[in-house]
Amino acid sequence: MESLYEQNQSDVNEAKSDGRAELIPSIKLRHCCLLRNQRCVAAYLYDRLLRIRALRWEYGSVLPANVRFHMCAEELQWFSQYKKSLASFMRSLGADGLDITQDMKPPKSLYIEVRCLKDHGEFEIDDGTVILLKKNSQHFLPRWKCEQLIRQGVLEHVMS
Amino acid sequence: MSDPPSDDGSDAIHDDGQDVMTPAELIAKLEEAWLNEKFSPELLENRSEVVECVMEQLTHMEANLQRVKKGDAKASMHRMEIDRIRFVLSSYLRSRLQKIERFFPHILEREKSRGEGDPSLLSPEEFAFAKEYHANTETYLKAVALKRMPPNLQTVDMLKAVPEPCLDSFVFLRVKERQENILIEPETDDQREYVVDMEEGSQHLMRYRTIAPLVSSGAVQLI
Repeated sequence: MESLYEQNQSDVNEAKSDGRAELIPSIKLRHCCLLRNQRCVAAYLYDRLLRIRALRWEYGSVLPANVRFHMCAEELQWFSQYKKSLASFMRSLGADGLDITQDMKPPKSLYIEVRCLKDHGEFEIDDGTVILLKKNSQHFLPRWKCEQLIRQGVLEHVMS
Repeated sequence: MSDPPSDDGSDAIHDDGQDVMTPAELIAKLEEAWLNEKFSPELLENRSEVVECVMEQLTHMEANLQRVKKGDAKASMHRMEIDRIRFVLSSYLRSRLQKIERFFPHILEREKSRGEGDPSLLSPEEFAFAKEYHANTETYLKAVALKRMPPNLQTVDMLKAVPEPCLDSFVFLRVKERQENILIEPETDDQREYVVDMEEGSQHLMRYRTIAPLVSSGAVQLI
């Protein structure tokens, strides 16, 4: 883009000083190329931003390391800024805030059958009982507790 | 949907000092706002008073639930009710946020040019979110690409770059109040304009642009 611009600049200067009007179409052509390049670059970057945004809604606040590896420093900064804006918005709803990244699907039942996909250690539910999440064990747990773990891939909803 | 539990007499909810609403009416309003927001292509007026009242109702219901004995059959029904209402509320707020993120330059422009007495499209928190999102995205684009571009190309006009909501998309609607003489614009040169009367309770499929004012006044419900 720089070389296109420099060529254009020299032509513009020539056209202005020497009155060579026939250079104008080539100047216009180069300008159109520059604009198109700018649009393509902006479109690519914006699309990446939209995908990063989708990651926040899918994975939660902490991104897995392999995803973070693919992002540049400015994208990480954009992500943390987006997280902050979203968090302050959610906190402002009602008295204690409402986490709108939960409850993605309409609730069908209170308790769901889940199977554990990887070892996650101990997990405490509301009435105090502690459940050991070992690989391939199946449990009947309250839906709202499991939603986050299902999205992270630790648990799997079993529909029989 | 059954009436939400109102064990302690939260039978009346004051809507900003106006008419008192029962919880059932409040939830019905929330559902209406939710469906309208889900199916309309553009951001609708914000109903923050409904959101606030529903949040209060939810905390009240959760508090009631804590006091009920564990294992009581009614408790699970009430918990389902709370879950359902929370889902509807979250879904409503999520679709608003998504529309704000998709159309942020146009929405911010509309807010700037809105008159003093006109109702705002965004709640104060949503407005702050939209501004932060805008600033964030611009900073990112500048830092990564634009500062390396030639001097006359260092800004991107967001209003032109981000697509506008498509107001010509078709939506299903149900008529709540009888409407007369709705003017339908012709789509092709062969068609001529014609007027339509809409009976109460009838359902139609139309372009959103034609019925947009009716949605905001509450005369039709998008389905």
